[in-house]
Amino acid sequence: METILGLDLPTWWFLVIGGLITGYGVLDGFDLGAGALHLFFNKEESRRIALNAIGPVWDGNEVWLVIAGGALFAGFPLVYGVIFSTFYIPFMLFLVALIFRAISIEFRSKEPMLWWRKMWDISYMVSSTLITLLLGLVLGNLINGLPFNEQHEFTGTIWTFFNPYSILISITTLSLFMLHGAIYLAMKTENRLYAKLTILVNNCSKFFILCFIMTSLATLIYIPHMTAEFKENPVLFALPLLAVLVVLNIKRNIDSRKYFTAFVFSSTTTAILLILFAIGLYPNIIISSTDPAYNVSIYQAASTTKSLKIMMLIAAIGTPLVLGYTIFVFWTFRGKVKLNEMSY
Amino acid sequence: MHNVEILSRIQFAFTVAFHYIYPPLSIGLGLCLVIMEGMYLKTGNKLYEHITRFWIKIFALIFGIGVATGIVMEFEFGTNWATYSRYVGDIFGSALAAEGIFAFALESGFLGILLFGWNRVSKGVHFFSTIMVALGSIFSALWIVVANSWQQTPTGYVIEGEGMQARAVITDFWVMFFNPSSMDRFAHVIIGSFLAGSFLVMSVGAWYILKNKHLSSAKAMFKVGLSVACIAALLQLFSGHRSADYVSKYQPAKLAAMEGHFDANAPADMYLLGWVHTKDQKVSGIKVPGGLSFLVHQDFKAPVTGLNAFPGEDRPKQVNFVFQTYHLMVTIGITLIALTLLAVYLLYKKKLFEQRWLMRIFVLAVLLPQIANQAGWYAAEVGRQPWVVYKLLRTSDALSKTVTANQVVFSLILFTFVYLVLFILFLYLLNKKIKHGPDVNENEEDDSDVFSKRNVGAIS
Ligand code: HDD
Ligand code: HEM
Ligand code: HEM
Repeated sequence: METILGLDLPTWWFLVIGGLITGYGVLDGFDLGAGALHLFFNKEESRRIALNAIGPVWDGNEVWLVIAGGALFAGFPLVYGVIFSTFYIPFMLFLVALIFRAISIEFRSKEPMLWWRKMWDISYMVSSTLITLLLGLVLGNLINGLPFNEQHEFTGTIWTFFNPYSILISITTLSLFMLHGAIYLAMKTENRLYAKLTILVNNCSKFFILCFIMTSLATLIYIPHMTAEFKENPVLFALPLLAVLVVLNIKRNIDSRKYFTAFVFSSTTTAILLILFAIGLYPNIIISSTDPAYNVSIYQAASTTKSLKIMMLIAAIGTPLVLGYTIFVFWTFRGKVKLNEMSY
Repeated sequence: MHNVEILSRIQFAFTVAFHYIYPPLSIGLGLCLVIMEGMYLKTGNKLYEHITRFWIKIFALIFGIGVATGIVMEFEFGTNWATYSRYVGDIFGSALAAEGIFAFALESGFLGILLFGWNRVSKGVHFFSTIMVALGSIFSALWIVVANSWQQTPTGYVIEGEGMQARAVITDFWVMFFNPSSMDRFAHVIIGSFLAGSFLVMSVGAWYILKNKHLSSAKAMFKVGLSVACIAALLQLFSGHRSADYVSKYQPAKLAAMEGHFDANAPADMYLLGWVHTKDQKVSGIKVPGGLSFLVHQDFKAPVTGLNAFPGEDRPKQVNFVFQTYHLMVTIGITLIALTLLAVYLLYKKKLFEQRWLMRIFVLAVLLPQIANQAGWYAAEVGRQPWVVYKLLRTSDALSKTVTANQVVFSLILFTFVYLVLFILFLYLLNKKIKHGPDVNENEEDDSDVFSKRNVGAIS
C-alpha cells in the first residue's frame, strides 16, 4: 500500500477526519456551550451580549461539521452509510435541533415582544443542549460498540443507544462544552455580566471535573478495547497524564481569571480527549459488540487510493485557506462585545 | 422495502425542494449585492450604501435558512441512501468534501464580516467580503451540481466488485468533473439562480414604487435587478437549449418523456402545451409537427428514439409529470424574456416606472423563476428514474437496509412540521423587513422626483 511520510492513506484520512471533528468540537463547542448556558442570564441586555459574542462566528464554526461529514462520506463511504442509517432517529432529531438553533439566533432579535424573545431564548438553549447531548450519545456508542452483524447491519433498537456508558459520555460532553462556552463568554464580556460569568465558569469547571473523573474510571473499567492499545504501548500513557495536567491548568487559570489561557486549555482538553478515543479505536472505526470479527477497520471502509490521494490534495490546498480566514474573522471581531445597530 | 423506497423518495424530494427555495435566492442576491456595493464604492452615492445594507439584511435571513436546510441534505445521503452512499462514495464524496472546504467555509467565514463588519473593517475589505460570499455560494453550486451531473451522465469511473458489494471507483478526476452534462447544467442552474435573485430585487422595488415609498431606492434597486435579469433571461434560453441537446444524446428516455414521445423510432413532435395519456401512449395539445426531430437532428423528418425503445423497467413511469414540469419551465423561460425585454424598452423610453400594471406584474413575477427552478429539477430528476445513477444503480437498490418505514414516517412528519413553521416565519420576517424598507435619511435623498420629496417624511 502506498504511504506518505510512512503512513498509509487510510490512516492519513482517519487523521484528517479526526482533525476536522476536533476542529468542530473546539469551535462549535464554545458556541453550543454558550447556548446551553443562555437561560442563566436573566437580563435582556446580557442575553443580547451573549448572543452577539458568538454572532459573527457560529455559522463558520458549524461548517466544520459539514466538512467533517463530507470527509467521512468521501474517505469511508461504508462507515458514513452505516453510522447515519444506524442512528437514524437521533440524527433526525439532531438535524431538527440544528435548524431550530440557527433560526433562534437569527430570529430572536427581529421582534421586540417579550414573549417572542423568551420563546427563542428557550429554543436556543434547548436546541444547543440537545445537539451537544446527541453528539455525546453517538460518540459514546461508537466507543462502546453496537450490535452489528456480519453485513454491518445494526440489529439493536433505539433503546440500545441509551446504555449507561453512552449517557455518561453524553453528559460529559455537555459539561465540557458548557465550561468551554462559559470561558469564551467570560473572555468576551465586561462589567455585570462578566462578574456573573466568573461564578458560572467556576461551577462549570467543578461539574466538568466530576464528569471527567467518572468517564476516565468508567472507560478504564468497562471498555477494555479502549485501553488495549495503551497496555501494548505504555508510552501512550503520557496522553491521559497530559489530559489531567491540562484540566488542572484550566482550573488554575480560571482561579486567576486568565480566561484566554483557560480557553486555550479547554480547547486542548477537547482535542486530547478526542485523540484518546481515536487511539483506542484505530485501526477500527466501527466496533461491533456482537463479535469483534465484525468490526469495520479503516482499510475495509476506505475509498480507493486514487480517490484518497485526490482528496489529500484538496485538503492540503483547502486547510490553509480555511484556517486563514477563520483566523482573519476571529481577529476582526477580537475584544469585548459592543452592541450596535447591526447586532442581533 | 417498497414503502421505505417511496417514503424516502418523498422525503428526499421534499427536503431538497425546500432547500432549493433558498440557495438560488442567495446566489442571485449575492451578485446583486456585489453590483450595488460596487456602485457605492465607485460613485460614492449614499443611496447605494442604503440599498446594499437593506439587501444584506434580507440576504442574511435567506442564507440562514439555506444553511440550516442544507445540512439536512448532506446527512440524508447517509441516513436514507446508505447503499447509494457506499456505491458512489469514491466519486461523489470528493465533490461534497471539496464543496465543504472550498465553498461553504468561504461563504460562512466572510458572512460574519458582511453582516457585522461595517464598522470594523475598511470599505475595501467589506466589499472584498461581499465578493467572497457571492463567489462561495457559486462554488457550492458548482460542486453539488457536478456531483449530481455525474449521477446523470457518469464518466471517469470503473465498477469494482459484484452484486451488493459493487461500487463505482474513480479513474480520472477531471473526466469525472467534466462529465458530459456538468458544465451545461452548472451554467443553467447558476443562470436560474441569478433570475431568482434579481426578480426578488425587482419585486420589492416594484412594490415600493406602487406604494409610493422609498422611491429613489426603489428605482435604483429595480435597475440593478433588471440589468441582471434581462441578460440572464436571454442566456437561459441558450443554456436550456444546450441542456436539451445533451439530454438527447445521453438520456434519450428522459428526452422522450419530456415531449411524450412513445414510438420507438419515428419523427417526433414538439408541444407548446399538452397532456400525455400514458395508457394510450398519446399526447393531445398544440404542437409543432416534427419539432423535436428538428431540434435534435436539424431535420423535421428524422426519427427520434422514443420511450418504447426501452424495456418497461428501464424508463420513467411518470411521463405526464415530466412532460408538464418541463413545459412549465420552458414557458416561464420565454415569459421572463418577454417581461424583461419589455421593461428594458420602457426604461429606455423613460416610461417604465409609470406603468402601474407592469409594476404589479413584477411584484408577483418573483414566483416565476422559483417555479421554473423547481419544475426543472423535477423534470431532470423524475426523468432520470428508475435510475439513481443513470444505467448503473437503480433507485430501489440504493436504500439504507436497516431503516424501517416507521422511522421514515417519523422523520417525514417531523420535517413537514418543522419546514412549515420555518416557511411561515420566513415569510413573516421577510414581509416585515420589506415593509420597513431601507434606512434613508432626508438629506441624502438625492432624487429630485416630486414623489420622493413628498414621501421622505413617511419613511423616517
Ligand atoms: C430560473 C430557472 C429556469 C429557467 C427560466 C429555465 N430553466 Fe431549465 N432547468 C432549471 C431552471 C430553469 C434548473 C432548476 O436549473 C434545472 C434542473 C436541473 C438542471 O440541471 O437545471 C433545469 C433543467 C433543464 C433541463 C433538463 C436537464 C437535465 O435533465 O439534466 C432542460 C432540458 C432545460 N432545463 C431546458 C430549459 C429550457 C429550454 C428553458 C427555456 C428558456 C429553460 N430550461 C428555462
Ligand atoms: C442534494 C443536494 C444538496 C446537498 C447535499 C446540499 C448540501 C448543503 C449543505 C450541507 C449546506 C449548508 C452549508 C453551510 O453550513 O454553510 C448547503 C447550503 C447551500 N447550498 Fe445546498 N445542497 C444541495 C443542493 C444544492 C443545490 C442544487 C444548490 C445550488 C444550485 C445548492 C447551493 C447551496 C448554497 C448556495 C448554500 C449556502 C446557503 C445559502 O446560500 O442559502 N445546494 N447545502
Ligand atoms: C435542488 C433541487 C432538486 C430537486 C427539486 C430535486 C428533486 C428530486 C426529486 C423530485 C426526486 C425524486 C424523484 C423520484 O424518485 O421520482 C429526487 C431524487 C434524488 N435526487 Fe434530486 N433534486 C434536486 C437536486 C439534487 C441534487 C443537487 C442531487 C445530488 C447532488 C440530487 C440527488 C438525488 C438523489 C440521490 C435522489 C434520490 C434517489 C432518486 O429518487 O433518484 N438531487 N430529486
